[in-house]
Amino acid sequence: MAALENVSRRAVLLGLGAGALVLSLGLPSLAQEPEEPLKFGADAMPNGWRDDPRIFISIDPDGTVTVTVHRSEMGQGVRTSIAMAIADELEADWNRVRVAQAQADEPTFGNQDTDGSRSLRHFFEPMRRAGAAARLMLREAAADEWSVPVEEVVAENHVLSHAASGKQAGYGDMAARAAEGEVPARETLVLKSPDRFRYIGREDVGLIDNPGIVTGTAIYGMDAKAEGMLFAVVARPPVVGGRAVSHDAEAAMKVPGVQRVVMIDPPPQPSEFQPLGGVAVIATNTWAAMRGRDALNIRWEDGPHGTYDSEAFKAELEQAARSTDGTVVRNQGDALAALQTAQRRVEAEYYIPHLAQAPMEAPAALAMIRDGRCEVWACVQAPQVTRVRIAEKLGLPPEAVTVNVTLLGGGFGRKSKPDFAIEAALLSREMDGAPVKVVWTRDDDLHHSFYHTVSVERLEARLDDSGRPVAWLHRTAAPTIGSIFAPDPMQKLPFELGMGLTNMPLDIPNVRAENPKAQAHTRIGWYRSVSNIPHAFAIQSFIAELAHEAGRDHRDYLLDVIGPARKIDPTELGDVWNYGEDPARYPVDTGRLRRVIETVTEAAGWGRDMPARRALGLAAHYSFVSYVAVVAEVEVDETGEVRIPVAHIAIDCGPHVNPDRIRSQMEGAVIMGSGQALMSQITFAQGRAQQNNFDSYPVPRMDTAPREIHVHLVGGEDYGQPLGGVGEPGLPPVTPAIINAIFAATGQRIRRLPVGNQLSS
Amino acid sequence: MNLTVNGMARSFDGDPEMPLLWYLRDELGLTGAKFGCGAGLCGACVVHIDGVASFSCVTPMTVADGSQVVTIEGLSPDGTHPVQAAWQELNVAQCGYCQAGQIMQAAALLAETPAPTDEDIDSAMSQNICRCGTYPRIRAAIKRAAGQEAR
Repeated sequence: MAALENVSRRAVLLGLGAGALVLSLGLPSLAQEPEEPLKFGADAMPNGWRDDPRIFISIDPDGTVTVTVHRSEMGQGVRTSIAMAIADELEADWNRVRVAQAQADEPTFGNQDTDGSRSLRHFFEPMRRAGAAARLMLREAAADEWSVPVEEVVAENHVLSHAASGKQAGYGDMAARAAEGEVPARETLVLKSPDRFRYIGREDVGLIDNPGIVTGTAIYGMDAKAEGMLFAVVARPPVVGGRAVSHDAEAAMKVPGVQRVVMIDPPPQPSEFQPLGGVAVIATNTWAAMRGRDALNIRWEDGPHGTYDSEAFKAELEQAARSTDGTVVRNQGDALAALQTAQRRVEAEYYIPHLAQAPMEAPAALAMIRDGRCEVWACVQAPQVTRVRIAEKLGLPPEAVTVNVTLLGGGFGRKSKPDFAIEAALLSREMDGAPVKVVWTRDDDLHHSFYHTVSVERLEARLDDSGRPVAWLHRTAAPTIGSIFAPDPMQKLPFELGMGLTNMPLDIPNVRAENPKAQAHTRIGWYRSVSNIPHAFAIQSFIAELAHEAGRDHRDYLLDVIGPARKIDPTELGDVWNYGEDPARYPVDTGRLRRVIETVTEAAGWGRDMPARRALGLAAHYSFVSYVAVVAEVEVDETGEVRIPVAHIAIDCGPHVNPDRIRSQMEGAVIMGSGQALMSQITFAQGRAQQNNFDSYPVPRMDTAPREIHVHLVGGEDYGQPLGGVGEPGLPPVTPAIINAIFAATGQRIRRLPVGNQLSS
Repeated sequence: MNLTVNGMARSFDGDPEMPLLWYLRDELGLTGAKFGCGAGLCGACVVHIDGVASFSCVTPMTVADGSQVVTIEGLSPDGTHPVQAAWQELNVAQCGYCQAGQIMQAAALLAETPAPTDEDIDSAMSQNICRCGTYPRIRAAIKRAAGQEAR
């Protein structure tokens, strides 16, 4: 258990009794004294939060403001959005604001794990406070310099002024003096009233990284450079837990440019974030390393997972989902008794395959070791755990490891696991500390992901005479992410259950949720929106099936089953996790869920006449404390090909910091969700992932993606309300909306993802 | 082998089978063209070879020999090519990793077809993958760069 401490992705791993494990993932920290009030958000994360604007803001004598962003940029726009929040409260001129990326250093910056759709949820207020504190410190410095009362000094748009004396100064003039001043206490800060926001909530703020991106000068992990750098690729065991028995190093060394062939020992299982082991080839360029690897002629020993087969495992999961010996994870009323009758009883099973995050930038990292220090450049979502794991591996204190976070060419959860950065550090050590860049190919990425789990979701319901469900049983069988941290717990952890299963807010008197066992045979990891994917797909498909059974309009039925607007304490539903948020501040609000459904169906023209084989489909889901509904318009041609000419998506994520990035995240979610619905899956045979590249792992392209996407931002007017997540919650309802539309268009109900060629027969 | 990269004469005497992408990235340090798939499937590596949008990850140096290569770094001196400008105006990028390839593909499309139809855009741009899902904005930005549509 001790070895699991400080694992810290979303938070620490906590032991609950011998052998039992739970990922707290933002649960109020158990390290707190029991009499202390529970903490949430940034304050609850390991290392908490330090109220000191000098950590995040520096101002040069010329007035240039540099905002240090401690969260990883992977396309969600966080570098721009955090800078907007700070610049606004600082009253800085946006044109004079720059962004620097923080190195891994949680004791200084607070939590840096960029995941869980919580960068702004947790840090909007702290960043506003940092901006406000810096502004106050500037005013105090000016008051001091001018010997006037601070109340009379105004700081506005990069200028300090005192009306009575006519004195004026730029921020740069007072920055040094301000930095010497006392940091104001949190309680003394006065934040702007929203009607005075300059940037927050504005749609037209350009991305801070635009210039670098459009000129090719933005630096990703794959682009990291150092003098004398070597390049490495690694042949990893194709089966998790396997090892290389023999290889032909000589053949690889014959390739011009190859410098060394190095064995990396496979880690003990479960291997958490450790590299898989294998054989590395280090060369003077990437191409030579890849050719050297091709020549290795490795014989592998597969280990216990060498028989993992997706078809056989599907049958295993189905059997588990039909068994009655799962753990009851939610029970209200008596669903089993109500389901005893055969009358108006509906049941369905849904299959959701493994998925690979497949960020466009496959994992890549550069490391060098010099004078007892290791320096790393890597596209990591979790800089601190990267630092700690490399330090452990090299036998250095964490302070001797510097992790520079580059831009991430997509993350989607894959880059929360720093196995690739650890590889770079190990290989640099093999080369006496020379800089070594490890490059993953697309094959590597698809063969050695931390995959989205694979699920069978079984639902049963009984309808009353009006067609409304009176009993609901949901069994979920899927390998757990916990299996990478500890001997496979075989059952979902609270944070997985709390992603749409236990906290399902439908107004049904008898509800039971069960979680039978399922063993992991590969590395399971976070994938954008995580367990919400199977839960939302099954629940939102099943409600559409029930509406059909009841002969009712799907939207009306969905609203009816959600029931009246009410605020539900998630702990009453059995969800103790609640995305790490205070259940009083973040109840499950069915009124907000209803409103996104009403908005999106009205915008899409729900109920209008459609041509043959063209139809609308609806789904809605609550996740990451945000509310999202989707209407997809699909067209299925005679060959079974599906097109999505239009999609509408509505989100209520509370107040808006950067609405343009909320829109772009929703657009991206619709497109990624269409891939999950129609084309993408990872399958295993003989323990090996079968997909090698974007030909066998297709993802949406311009001609297959939803064509027109309309984003509707609902709510958000009141900046006193807490923020919801944005990066992930768009995704879960997209896939079921598309599948429901396919049913409406064709009468064919798809229960196994992806659709593939199921409509072509 | 001799070639011109962004207007500069270059010569190379390494492995003739090395794809142009790795020559640009590892030998010249031009990392604007990205590695996405290594198989001509995703378009992250697109550069212009004698004006034609090409997958540099599957173009051996023997094929690039004698050609004029333009990468994203050389598309315009200061990032003001109409496609680059439209990309910024519409905040097209999310993570941005694929966008160099997207921009080079779009620039080649517009050079060939100054007023592209939706079908033209589909046909050219479907060679490039964006995992973040920026396709609607890419389409809009191409139309804006072509002077067809304002936001």
